[in-house]
Amino acid sequence: MGTVLATPETAPNTPPSDEKTIVFDRVSIAFEERAVLDSISFELRRGETKMLLGILGSGKTTILKLALGLIKPDSGDIYVLGEHVNEMSEDQLFELRRKMGMVFQESALFDSLTVRENVAFRLIEEGRPAEEIERRVREALQFVELENTIDQFPGELSGGMKRRVGIARAIIDRPEVLLYDSPTAGLDPVTSTTIIELLVKQRDVYHTSALMTTHRLPDTLMMATHYFNEKENKMLQLPKNNSVDARTTFLLLKDAKVIFDGTVEELAASRDEYIREYFA
Amino acid sequence: MEIRTPSELAMETVLSVQEYTILSWEAVLNIFRKPRYLADTLLQADSIGVGSLPVVVLAGLSIGAVLALQSSNTLQRFGSLSLTGQLVSLSMVRELGAVISGLMVAGRNASGIASELGTMKVTEQIDAMRALGTDPLKKLVTPRVLAATIMLFFLTIIADLVGLAGGWLVSRFALGLDSNQYWTTAWQSLEFPDVFMGLTKPLLFGFIIATVGCYYGVTAKGGTQGVGRATTQAMVSSSVMILMVDFFYTKLLMTLMHVH
Repeated sequence: MGTVLATPETAPNTPPSDEKTIVFDRVSIAFEERAVLDSISFELRRGETKMLLGILGSGKTTILKLALGLIKPDSGDIYVLGEHVNEMSEDQLFELRRKMGMVFQESALFDSLTVRENVAFRLIEEGRPAEEIERRVREALQFVELENTIDQFPGELSGGMKRRVGIARAIIDRPEVLLYDSPTAGLDPVTSTTIIELLVKQRDVYHTSALMTTHRLPDTLMMATHYFNEKENKMLQLPKNNSVDARTTFLLLKDAKVIFDGTVEELAASRDEYIREYFA
Repeated sequence: MEIRTPSELAMETVLSVQEYTILSWEAVLNIFRKPRYLADTLLQADSIGVGSLPVVVLAGLSIGAVLALQSSNTLQRFGSLSLTGQLVSLSMVRELGAVISGLMVAGRNASGIASELGTMKVTEQIDAMRALGTDPLKKLVTPRVLAATIMLFFLTIIADLVGLAGGWLVSRFALGLDSNQYWTTAWQSLEFPDVFMGLTKPLLFGFIIATVGCYYGVTAKGGTQGVGRATTQAMVSSSVMILMVDFFYTKLLMTLMHVH
């Protein structure tokens, strides 16, 4: 366990580098004349995990889909890994998306394929050798602790297990950016802690940059106050003198605008009424 | 249900036609682009071609038999019962073999394709495929279009043959006609334009079935109800399109090839 995709390069809880992986510059989009995002701007640095918060329908998932180029903005510019996403053709986007991983809210596993084929999908498409595919699938499934389900179909798995297979499918080719769409929505507290532990592990062991939408505050706080201890192979609370993870940041959306973008300390210090109410 | 103004409705229709045209055009272009999904195409060919065989055989057989039975009455009045073979063969090969197979496969596969892709759409599997760097048009649409077009061609040949056999069964055992005479008139009446017309139609119909099924599938929205709607619309639209295209294509070929 834990020897999966790469070796850690930096110690836990070091701030993210200045290199930008995702940049949103005055991005606007409207659906059926209702503005969902109104000139929003933010940056995601390499190694940073940014929590996108907001009420239902506030455009959190839209941000992830825009970053992947699945939908195009009405105006503004989006850059991912240095590429100008909204200027790219669908063919160019397929190349870029291979460096990214997305975990969908309802898992979106291919229900006619087995867990093995689901997790291996990207590698099979790229025509990798069978032995490599088998090894990588097992590694990814070990990471989410679901190796025993390899020959099952998604329909036979529970909601939490599907979510974990979705994570395995997203991380199998060591993406540079991960996008999690409400990975714990609809799960019981124990299962969602398991999922959060996996995300913390991905953050601390492989230092993948990530955007994560959620409306479950306890999960975000757990992400910010815990780290993954590789020796013990489990998630632990950060020590008192260093109690907040520097790579975990928060972005709060309200009425199609960004009303907060910063660290936990900045969030705690905010005097904005809506923010205080949201986190109350 | 929300009420839409006529201009909104017209705009939606134009937009749908545009989207359908782009999807069909891309599906054709993808045949010449990499990556090509041979395994997926074969799987679809099996599901569309082999899967539709029983229903096409049964439909062809009954249509051929009924054709002989119905026409015998009229032909007898003019003392030309011996022309039954010719009538069955021309009707089957020029028209009915292709149309019957087309309608059967539309009922079975246009709806099947729409429900399969529609379910994938509403459960975000198509978005997931795009997110994983795979083009759903190449992976899902083109194999289905290729498979339907090629397999309907062969299904039509089979429908023509069993239709002729159905006609023969009736001619021989119900009308008491000579077998040799039936097959000779059936065979000799066929000319190149008849066969050309009969064998190019299934290519058009197969293309229509798959593209319409895929279009309604990938544009499905609104959960299971939306998938149900897409399934029905795919079947109805592809059947209507087959009949319309059949008329215009027949008229065009008749003019071009001077068939009477």
